[in-house]
Amino acid sequence: MSRIQHCFEQLQAAGGKALIPYVTAGDPNRELTVPLMHRMVAAGASLIELGVPFSDPMADGPVIQLACERALAHGTSLGDVLDMVAAFRREDQQTPVVLMGYLNPVEIMGYEPFARRAQAAGVDGVLIVDLPPEECDGVADVFRAHGLDLIFLLAPTTTDARMRKIAEVGSGYLYYVSLKGVTGAGNIDSTAVAARVRHIRTLTDLPLGVGFGIKNAGAAASVSRVADAVVVGSALINLIAAHPSESERILDQVGTLLAEMRTAMDAPV
Amino acid sequence: MNVKTSEMDWGAFPDARGHFGRYGGRFVAETLMDALEQLTDAYQHLKQEPAFQAEFDHDLKHYVGRPSPLYYARRWSEQLGGARIYLKREDLNHTGAHKVNNTIGQALLARHMGKTRIIAETGAGQHGVASATIAARLGLECVVYMGAEDIQRQAPNVYRMKLLGAQVVPVTSGSRTLKDALNEAMRDWVTNVDNTFYIIGTVAGPHPYPMLVRDFQSVIGREARAQILEAEGRLPDALVACVGGGSNAIGLFHPFLADEGVAMYGVEAGGDGIATGRHAAPLTAGRPGVLHGNRTYLMEDENGQIIETHSVSAGLDYPGVGPEHAWLKDIGRACYVAVDDREALDGFHAITRTEGIIPALESSHALAYAKKLAPTMGQDRIIIVNLSGRGDKDINTIAGLEGIVL
Repeated sequence: MSRIQHCFEQLQAAGGKALIPYVTAGDPNRELTVPLMHRMVAAGASLIELGVPFSDPMADGPVIQLACERALAHGTSLGDVLDMVAAFRREDQQTPVVLMGYLNPVEIMGYEPFARRAQAAGVDGVLIVDLPPEECDGVADVFRAHGLDLIFLLAPTTTDARMRKIAEVGSGYLYYVSLKGVTGAGNIDSTAVAARVRHIRTLTDLPLGVGFGIKNAGAAASVSRVADAVVVGSALINLIAAHPSESERILDQVGTLLAEMRTAMDAPV
Repeated sequence: MNVKTSEMDWGAFPDARGHFGRYGGRFVAETLMDALEQLTDAYQHLKQEPAFQAEFDHDLKHYVGRPSPLYYARRWSEQLGGARIYLKREDLNHTGAHKVNNTIGQALLARHMGKTRIIAETGAGQHGVASATIAARLGLECVVYMGAEDIQRQAPNVYRMKLLGAQVVPVTSGSRTLKDALNEAMRDWVTNVDNTFYIIGTVAGPHPYPMLVRDFQSVIGREARAQILEAEGRLPDALVACVGGGSNAIGLFHPFLADEGVAMYGVEAGGDGIATGRHAAPLTAGRPGVLHGNRTYLMEDENGQIIETHSVSAGLDYPGVGPEHAWLKDIGRACYVAVDDREALDGFHAITRTEGIIPALESSHALAYAKKLAPTMGQDRIIIVNLSGRGDKDINTIAGLEGIVL
């Protein structure tokens, strides 16, 4: 059983929901990423989505764009990100790590070399934003052969037919993008999301994460009532961006916000 | 690999999923998939409708002023002492460049799809102006994304767009040029997909854009083919066009693909020189990767990050290229070369002084290559150069290079 599957099964057995933080690897510097991952786990993260910085993050809003620029300013490469995961794995063998990013850095490393190195580093899944199932021929098999779950986005505009197709190719979990827009934009409409999530559940048995627009503990709690996982990214990165040179402050503030979300999600209704 | 031109089924590309061989495709986030499928369906349907084609043709004739002339540059040809050079005068189109052919087609699509707002990215500003023009004519809201650096160097076009009622949004992310404007337009589209149509200005982006922009721009090559047959009674020996994203080049090339014996040269921006690394020539010196929704040749570093491009011409300052060009390069049907800034400027001045035509800096790259190519060919040979746009927008840049403040 994959680490991701195990993670969701354990949570389900305990009646809990997954809290999935996203941070961009190498932001604000290379040294802080691994300590930040550990701090997020200590604060209640169930699984970590680690962003691979890319020069042209087309589906992201300004917050993650700037995080990519900070990470790239000191040359954080895909190889560096894999090294960070390997370093994290030396102390944490439980928490699943999913790499999230864009296709080109993977394409340039090569699918097979990437999958091999990712598996060796202890990566559990990959979410490549600009790789839809239609373009996955051959790629999905390579990833699966190296024990990597292929995680896909679902959008408010995704048709039922596509959802079925995506659920077939995907594994681990599905990530429902809760609003029309880029990361970091707007605020989540919990009622609309609840209705949509109920519908998606009729089409797939994969665990369902919800993200985009979740900025505080209240939003995290209300989403966790309907989804299996709550994904939070830009709200954390805003904390990094506010004081990029103050490592202790970043660790404390990110840890505090996640702990608040965790507490709110775990509170009895 | 070289294909037998006459035996190839050129109409079969791209395939149903937008692939030209290994290039093209639809590499976008799920948030855009539905919009792209709707656009593909709408286009496939309208393409079959004689009324839609008639509307497009009518606008090209009466609003753009087509057909554009195919002009024999007699004095310049004789000066160069080789092949006879014909210029396809896209600079004479309404708004001053080939870009308008495509914006008319896409704006008609937008209207048929019930969209009330159009967005566009622009580099040199020609596509932005063409989009703002069509939006004004059809009464559509128009937002144009333009790199902050390009806004500086193309001030006249920025003002033209504003006069036409468009909102010009400066893009300050990344390298602050065309690629970043494209990113930003995509972000807008994802957010406002219900009422918004994204008019991409070149033959790049996710399927169906490379196909539909090519189809709309192919009027250039269809006209040129008929015009040269009328003028010379035979097909040309070579076609020359500049390539940034590659829409004017594909527009000229595509109707000639099956004509064995017609050589095709796409001219990329060599910037400070290919050897310096400071250029915008992915087909000449880049390698395949995935950007802006398609697989194609890119300017990228060893980690797959897109690198900054350099060209005196804002319209060619793009790190990717249309996927059909990537494919035509690999199968050997078209040849891609680069000329540097200095050569392009020479081409600019040559045609200005000998033919009385001030070309765009983008088109000057094609002229510069023709200047090298023509003397290597006999006087019985024929070259068609796509003069894709006029140079009025560039006079500040030219003056600045010569130390003149206008």
